[in-house]
Amino acid sequence: MTASLLRIEDLHVTFSTRRGLVEAVRGVTLSIDEGEMLGLVGESGSGKSVTGFATTRLLDTAGRVTAGRILFRGQDITKIPDSDFRVLHGAAMSMIFQNPRAALNPIRAVGLQIADAILSHKRLSKEEAASEALKLLKSVQIRDPEKRMAAYPHELSGGMCQRVMIAIAISCNPKLLIADEPTTGLDVTTQKVVMDLLAAIAAERGMATILITHDLGLAARYCRRVVVMEQGRLVEEATPQTLFHHPQHPYTKRLVAASPTATSGIADLVTDEERDQYLAVLAAQKPRPALPPGTPLLLDVKNLAKRYDQGAPAVADFSMTMAAGQSVGLVGESGSGKTTTSRMICRLIDPSEGDILFDGQSIGHLAARDFHRSPVRKDIQIVFQDPNDSLNPRFTAFDCIAHPLLRLSGMRRGDALRQRVEECAQRVGLPLELLPRFPHQLSGGQKARIGIARAIACRPRLLVLDEPTAALDVSVQAVVLQLLDRLRREDNLSLLFVSHDLNVVRMMCDHTIVLRDGRIVEQGESRALFDNPQTAYTRELVDAVPHIGGEAAAAVV
Amino acid sequence: MAGATLRHTAWILRGNPLTAIAAAGVVLLVLVAIFGPSIVPYDPIASNVSQALMAPSAAHWAGTDQLGRDTFSRLIVATRLDLVIAVSAVGISFVLGAVIGAFCGYAGGRLDRSVGRFVDVMMAFPLFVLAMAMVAALGNRVENIVIATAIINLPFYIRFARAEVNVRRNVGWVEAARASGESHVSVVLRFLLPNVLPAMAVQMSLNLGWAILNAAGLSFIGLGVKPPTPEWGIMVAEGARFISTGRWWLVAFPGLALMLAVLCFNLLGDGMRDILDPRMRT
Repeated sequence: MTASLLRIEDLHVTFSTRRGLVEAVRGVTLSIDEGEMLGLVGESGSGKSVTGFATTRLLDTAGRVTAGRILFRGQDITKIPDSDFRVLHGAAMSMIFQNPRAALNPIRAVGLQIADAILSHKRLSKEEAASEALKLLKSVQIRDPEKRMAAYPHELSGGMCQRVMIAIAISCNPKLLIADEPTTGLDVTTQKVVMDLLAAIAAERGMATILITHDLGLAARYCRRVVVMEQGRLVEEATPQTLFHHPQHPYTKRLVAASPTATSGIADLVTDEERDQYLAVLAAQKPRPALPPGTPLLLDVKNLAKRYDQGAPAVADFSMTMAAGQSVGLVGESGSGKTTTSRMICRLIDPSEGDILFDGQSIGHLAARDFHRSPVRKDIQIVFQDPNDSLNPRFTAFDCIAHPLLRLSGMRRGDALRQRVEECAQRVGLPLELLPRFPHQLSGGQKARIGIARAIACRPRLLVLDEPTAALDVSVQAVVLQLLDRLRREDNLSLLFVSHDLNVVRMMCDHTIVLRDGRIVEQGESRALFDNPQTAYTRELVDAVPHIGGEAAAAVV
Repeated sequence: MAGATLRHTAWILRGNPLTAIAAAGVVLLVLVAIFGPSIVPYDPIASNVSQALMAPSAAHWAGTDQLGRDTFSRLIVATRLDLVIAVSAVGISFVLGAVIGAFCGYAGGRLDRSVGRFVDVMMAFPLFVLAMAMVAALGNRVENIVIATAIINLPFYIRFARAEVNVRRNVGWVEAARASGESHVSVVLRFLLPNVLPAMAVQMSLNLGWAILNAAGLSFIGLGVKPPTPEWGIMVAEGARFISTGRWWLVAFPGLALMLAVLCFNLLGDGMRDILDPRMRT
């Protein structure tokens, strides 16, 4: 039995903030062997990234390791001086980050940046470093590596930038790589390619990797051992199989339940007791009477197109229909035109061609500039992607929810308004005492609820959801999805769900449309579409989604 | 709410003593501007030739000038005029610049391009010369100094507001305001501008010092306030003649007053950003 490569013993990290000292990591003990890939899973605020930063000494100045040891090859690296650590950093351990574009220097060619990393640890001539850099670019499988050497970060896609980051990270053959959310923000197919590459490189070079992620499915796919953190503590450590099929700790149980799988439904996203409650709520509902024949469709989009000045159209020939109470998913990768389409349907931007019929009435030709005066404005509302930037920083939660009521429903300040706002807050499960708070005083999940409360305040008939859960932790996502599903059933609300998260769309939507490069690739009933995709592109998308409980660690050789 | 704001301000000032000192200096300046004329020991205008050109003493803290007027009294009385010119000039350019810049930044396109080029042309011109030309053409009056100072400041505010609004025009809450039934105009005025104001207030504070210097500079070259009105710039200009004969106090004290006023406003500017940004509060 050899000693492990890295051993963290009873690590405590404390941040000094305005409110006094905050313990971000409270007694984490874990170890990783040479060549192993360890998944470090947790939600935001769990201390997973702080653990990674403490190991690589990248804590910001407010943070301090207050207790515990970090043994790297038997040496306690919390004690060694900075100058010795710098030698270690990069050469023996390195780190890659969530946003690769931000981590690269925007005004230096990527080849030079890789060469810089090599030169900081090895005595080589510039030419030798450049040829090393080229070799590294080849090993991260960038197409046309010779040409890419001279490229600047903005000329590369997000996935390519992350490959460059990986090339920099492995440039000095580290023994340990800490990957902090390496694929968050990348498209699902890119995520798969980058993660496969990372796993292959790690295996080939015998490099140990700590994969820090919020995505259980990702950890399950690539790691043999997963540790789960909650509030600075390590709550469970197991193989993915055991962890996902027999979670022990209540928090892990909740987390596993909240992670969508290939088969789960909306009701499955919570633990068993809560699921029964949810099903009881659904069962108590009366079925809606069938619509009389001849009722127009709620939404009928005909040959919609959007062209900007030059180049290919952002969206072309987009048609769809939606009935009241139906939910339709619009999926596609970044640049597929799904956001443009959703904004046209919301009448926030003008389509170049085509028409939109809402309730049988044409609204496609009203200028977006004047649409705020249209009576249909309050019938079509939207929930925005990032709850952090969709609330006016100078409005309280109350003001945010009251705003559409004041503007669109013609309500005046007073008791009636207060009642309606409180009713909306209650429906989305927002505690009323939070209403006087400003957005920066609220958590991401609370802000997401305010965004939904605002959108449903005027009792719209069509709700467009633009990646409503992309910025949320899975446990919050589960609650938000259930909330939306319930609103749809209770109010006969139609949902247009714009998302890149196929698991979510499959659960939420009856019908799914797959977009690519502004055109519809495939559409159909959700379950059929995902179980049996007809086009190669859809199949690729579906296959790239990491699931928990599936073939665990299949990609690891 | 007010209590929280005060507590927050106190917290920022405690962690940032320089800002606290600057804020105290600005408060002092304002008090002097309001009450100064009624508490000065001597009449700032009346000449008393028998007392001319006296060095600082217990009776005349900052000495007397060539007409025997008490320099200290003149300094105190001048504060009001200098502050009024600076504050009103900066106020005008702030309001106009914020509105013009915000609309340009939000609308983009042709409006933005033409205003942008106009601003470039203005900034390419030596601004002080521009102010001189305007005062010379419009006449040597206080309101013209204010207008000239406001106009030469305008480009900075337009640019600033434009840039700040431009980065925010596509954020979620702007689209959300549109979806909640706001017109483009009210999105700019009621949503974007209030969010840009804190950053602009910082600019404004930094600018006040500059505006004081500008007004004093105009007076110094004879294009500003006319003598015998007490004004820091004129006092420096008049005192300059006597510096070669060793009457340093005629220039040193008004110069010091100018320097301290400018310094206080500049230091305060940095602290203001922390105080005004709601996100700094928890």
